[in-house]
Amino acid sequence: MDNIIKGKAWIFGNDIDTDVIIPGKYLRTKDMQVFADHAMEGIDPEFSKKVEKGDIIVAADNFGCGSSREQAALALKYAGLSCIVAKSFGRIFFRNAINVGLPLMEADVECNEGDEVEIDLHEGTVTVNGKEFQGNKLPDFLLEILTDGGLVAHRKAQKNKQ
Amino acid sequence: MSTISEKIFSRASGKNAKANDFVIADVDFAMAHDGTSVLAVKSFKEMGEEKVWNPDKIVIPFDHLTPANTDTTAALHHEIREWIKEQKISNFYDVGEGICHQLLPENGFALPGKLVVGADSHSCTYGAFGAFGTGVGATDMSEIFASGKLWFKVPESIKITADGNFNDGVYAKDLILKIIGTVGVAGATYKATEFYGTAIDSMSMSGRMTLSNMAIEMGGKAGIVPPDKTTFDFLKGIAAEEYEPVYADEDAIYSSEYTFDVNELEPQIASPHQVDNVSDISDIKPAKLDQAFIGTCTNGRLEDLEVAASILKGEKVAIRTLIVPASRNVLIEAVRKGIVETLLEAGAVIGSPGCGPCLGGHMGVIGKGETCISTANRNFKGRMGVGGFIYLASPATAAASALTGEITDPREI
Repeated sequence: MDNIIKGKAWIFGNDIDTDVIIPGKYLRTKDMQVFADHAMEGIDPEFSKKVEKGDIIVAADNFGCGSSREQAALALKYAGLSCIVAKSFGRIFFRNAINVGLPLMEADVECNEGDEVEIDLHEGTVTVNGKEFQGNKLPDFLLEILTDGGLVAHRKAQKNKQ
Repeated sequence: MSTISEKIFSRASGKNAKANDFVIADVDFAMAHDGTSVLAVKSFKEMGEEKVWNPDKIVIPFDHLTPANTDTTAALHHEIREWIKEQKISNFYDVGEGICHQLLPENGFALPGKLVVGADSHSCTYGAFGAFGTGVGATDMSEIFASGKLWFKVPESIKITADGNFNDGVYAKDLILKIIGTVGVAGATYKATEFYGTAIDSMSMSGRMTLSNMAIEMGGKAGIVPPDKTTFDFLKGIAAEEYEPVYADEDAIYSSEYTFDVNELEPQIASPHQVDNVSDISDIKPAKLDQAFIGTCTNGRLEDLEVAASILKGEKVAIRTLIVPASRNVLIEAVRKGIVETLLEAGAVIGSPGCGPCLGGHMGVIGKGETCISTANRNFKGRMGVGGFIYLASPATAAASALTGEITDPREI
């Protein structure tokens, strides 16, 4: 994972819950493509067709609230999103995103749909249209998990070190 | 000067844990169900792990899509059953035993002072017993399967006090909806809540479980009721291991405090599509219903079925009415007490114990444009079926509404 992530913004509002990110009926599979094909279907059934690899979601408060379904983070990751920026996150989604290697950042940014967004994970900053916003930098041990590509890869890496 | 959460994390991490500290904590019991165990086991295997840290500390109930609805689900169930056998996990509850958040309490795994982590967001239910019960995702659960440990940020706590007596027709569900309507769906994000007051003291364990169950609907990491005689009586003879109750210090620091007067409380309704879209039933706009659903980890217990039966006795429902007991034990007791007969005679459908249609998987999903009154905990857009509308209410309100086909105040029946 790169420390600097650049991509085009998709804007979402408050309280985007896990049921709209990936509806319950698509959960019973291990096929990541199924999750990706239905990402954000509860809000915008066409989202998975429109989103492009490297795009970024910029949302308001409580993104990913609701269920513990890790498929929500997986759906966004495999749909091609490179980072989720939100004012705040549902706490289980927050953990899940890091665990599956989907970068995220808590930050309050001014941004319009389609804007180019640049995120510096190590500085905890988000830059939109030349304006820099300071977010909450992730603690180092979470950055390490992200850098390794998620918790499974991180655990393997830790074991190899021992 | 510690909260209940700080004390539990201090014990579980072996450090003096304060709010906002990061700790690595020993998990006392870990739970995953048929839904989340699939990815948890996948991650566990990908980590290159062979043996779980302690097979007696892991509890796996099958409840989300049970009995299996498709061949894909059946194959995944089969795969997990094989893994459970291979790992010698003794606390396995197969199809029809009930909902995880009912089974852990019934079998004495939700214990005062314990750290109980479930791969399900409503694991906060265990807070009703004075445990720190919290939900995580599948890969976090695989880390626990492997090591018995997990990192946590020790939460700040919110103190919620509810005093007074419940009026007839008003229940724990109405109180928690009122609380969520006040605090908001993100009002407790990253935080734990502690519940105090005479209304909580006089509540049964069933009511307390309803309360703690919905802490996550305010974003809460846990919703904890300090254990008392009601708790200890419930646990007598069933506790899975010894436990030590934990209480907050008098000078514990809370990030905010709320008080509620239960004497003034009337039945509450959460309208689509947010759980904090809550109003007094007297302020609700008339809404035609297509279905009533009584069940789930929020309100599928014996007390809930009993209340529904008392309203439906000798009457006929006007709409499809699905009743799904929270566990086999609940169903058996409901049969013994004649509750099931009453419900069936009133025209209700009884489902096999489990999550039922709560998350839109099977057994009573709703169609586009349809409206359901539900005793569950979530009314998110599309949750019970694309294009559907969900109103959340108590079992009494759901039963009263089943009789009329529109949202109805149980005090008027």
